[in-house]
Amino acid sequence: MLAYIARRIVYVVPIVISVALVCFLLVHITPGDPLVAVLPADASQELAAQLRTAYGFDRPLPVQFGLWLLRALHGDLGNSIATGRPVLAEVMRAVGNTVTLAIAAAIIGFTMGILLGLIAGYFRETWIDKVATSFAIAGVSVPHYWLGMLLVIIFSVQLNWLPAVGAGPSGSNSWAWDWAHLKYLVLPAITTSVIPMGIVTRTVRALTGDILSQDFVEALRAKGLRETGVFRHVIKNAAPTALAVMGLQLGYMLGGSILIETVFSWPGSGFLLNSAIFQRDLPLLQGTILILALFFVFLNLLVDIAQAAIDPRIKRG
Amino acid sequence: MSELPLSATSDAALQAAPATKARGYWATVGRRIMRDKVSMACALVLLLIFLSAILAPWLGLEDPYKGSMIRRLRHIGTPGYPLGTDELGRDMLARLVYGGRLSLVIGILPVILAFCIGTSLGLVAGYVGGKLNTAIMRTVDVFYAFPSVLLAIAISGALGAGILNSIVSLTVVFVPQITRVAESVTTGVRNMDFVEAARASGAGAFTIMRVHILGNVLGSIFVYATSLISVSMILAAGLSFLGLGTKPPEPEWGLMLNTLRTAIYINPWVAALPGAMIFAVSICFNLLSDGLRSAMDIRN
Repeated sequence: MLAYIARRIVYVVPIVISVALVCFLLVHITPGDPLVAVLPADASQELAAQLRTAYGFDRPLPVQFGLWLLRALHGDLGNSIATGRPVLAEVMRAVGNTVTLAIAAAIIGFTMGILLGLIAGYFRETWIDKVATSFAIAGVSVPHYWLGMLLVIIFSVQLNWLPAVGAGPSGSNSWAWDWAHLKYLVLPAITTSVIPMGIVTRTVRALTGDILSQDFVEALRAKGLRETGVFRHVIKNAAPTALAVMGLQLGYMLGGSILIETVFSWPGSGFLLNSAIFQRDLPLLQGTILILALFFVFLNLLVDIAQAAIDPRIKRG
Repeated sequence: MSELPLSATSDAALQAAPATKARGYWATVGRRIMRDKVSMACALVLLLIFLSAILAPWLGLEDPYKGSMIRRLRHIGTPGYPLGTDELGRDMLARLVYGGRLSLVIGILPVILAFCIGTSLGLVAGYVGGKLNTAIMRTVDVFYAFPSVLLAIAISGALGAGILNSIVSLTVVFVPQITRVAESVTTGVRNMDFVEAARASGAGAFTIMRVHILGNVLGSIFVYATSLISVSMILAAGLSFLGLGTKPPEPEWGLMLNTLRTAIYINPWVAALPGAMIFAVSICFNLLSDGLRSAMDIRN
């Protein structure tokens, strides 16, 4: 197992470096001079040249990348142009809110998905299956930002039950696990949960159906094993694949939260990304994307390791 | 190809085959999907949306750009404005129909482009193998390290708002996914006997890829690509919704949803209409893609 983990970690290193390279290059595909955002409109030529040297924009690209990577490894992602604060601190503060949202959505979406998927898989080709599958299809097809708007229209505007925007009565900085705060989480979490719900339902349904149609299940039943025992075998066989899909979905929720956070003004990493884009705050944009992508890479690593831990066949393969 | 019938007629076993004419694969798939009620219903809805978008100028609709300060945010069912008016008093029905033009193009074009690029890359990587395969597939892996929404937004955010940039960024998101599928099906076919036979009879790599491999892998890649259209529609409209795609006053569903967001306290159901269009197109493409997949799975 340790050897497997070590091998997987070694595979991750080139990926991490390439991800950093993509994030670094993002700033350089930006049209126009990256200095424009920092420079005052009436800046003199000397000031421009001075800042160019200060930011290192006058050096060759590979050198710039090397220096940037070296500083990033020390946790220095530069300062936000808009606020002047260090990018890393800004991103980490926002990521906490995104993690809260993603975990809440994962609890809702995965539970619903597993339940619907198991039921649909057990009652294949019946009306129950059709209902569950329709839910799943709707979940993956709905523009989630629109669903968020609909929920706000129904539960905030019409019924006035839940708040429409924000992350708590006192603004964004003090999250607590009480109802006063939780009610701000309900609508964004439900909205975020529909895509994973749909995907997990479809995965679990397919897995359950496949496993139930295999010979060994028939053999178990013929041997006289009760349905609860058969069910245990289904779960055990479906778990590694289902786990991998759920891990990936959790990563998508963390990294793809920008649309939902924009709809609900949820002060997470997506919201930060949105303001970085529109204020042309390139260091912040670069840093947020780098950190979110790294989260995603390490989550995938964890999923691979967890999968190998519960399914020994993977280690050998 | 031309000597095939000759050798076939000389084959006694084939002559003894049943007299009924065998249908081609695609004819069978077509027949199967025609019998699928859900797929046909979705195809019909999509056809209506496409036709109305194409024929929009000839449908006798209001001018989708002409606003009026005195008739802003009218409700659904207002005489003369069956779907109400938007925040600038423009006719919603006209804007939804005209909106299909841009929305469908920016949603579907990235998948078509990615289908062409990804299939070529995957085919070459899968057939040539070796170092070229490693180079292409490891590059693809890098893009897999980003959640697709994040990648689309990162590229559009860096390139700046605009229709062209949004199409470029979504194409970049889908190329790696299609390349991976194309590579894996190509690798499955490249060592089969008929490819070996073609190689032995002196066919060049390009001919083998074009004639013998492409025909056998295109179907699966195509089905996969159709399943991406739904995601692409949602993401393309999503980029516009964030202000990264289309610019006002162009009618486009994602952008309309964005500008109407502030109207949800005044006229919520009119504000929600553009999203319903995105949802309809997206779910129809999803169901149609599912139908196509099961129609192509001839085994059952």
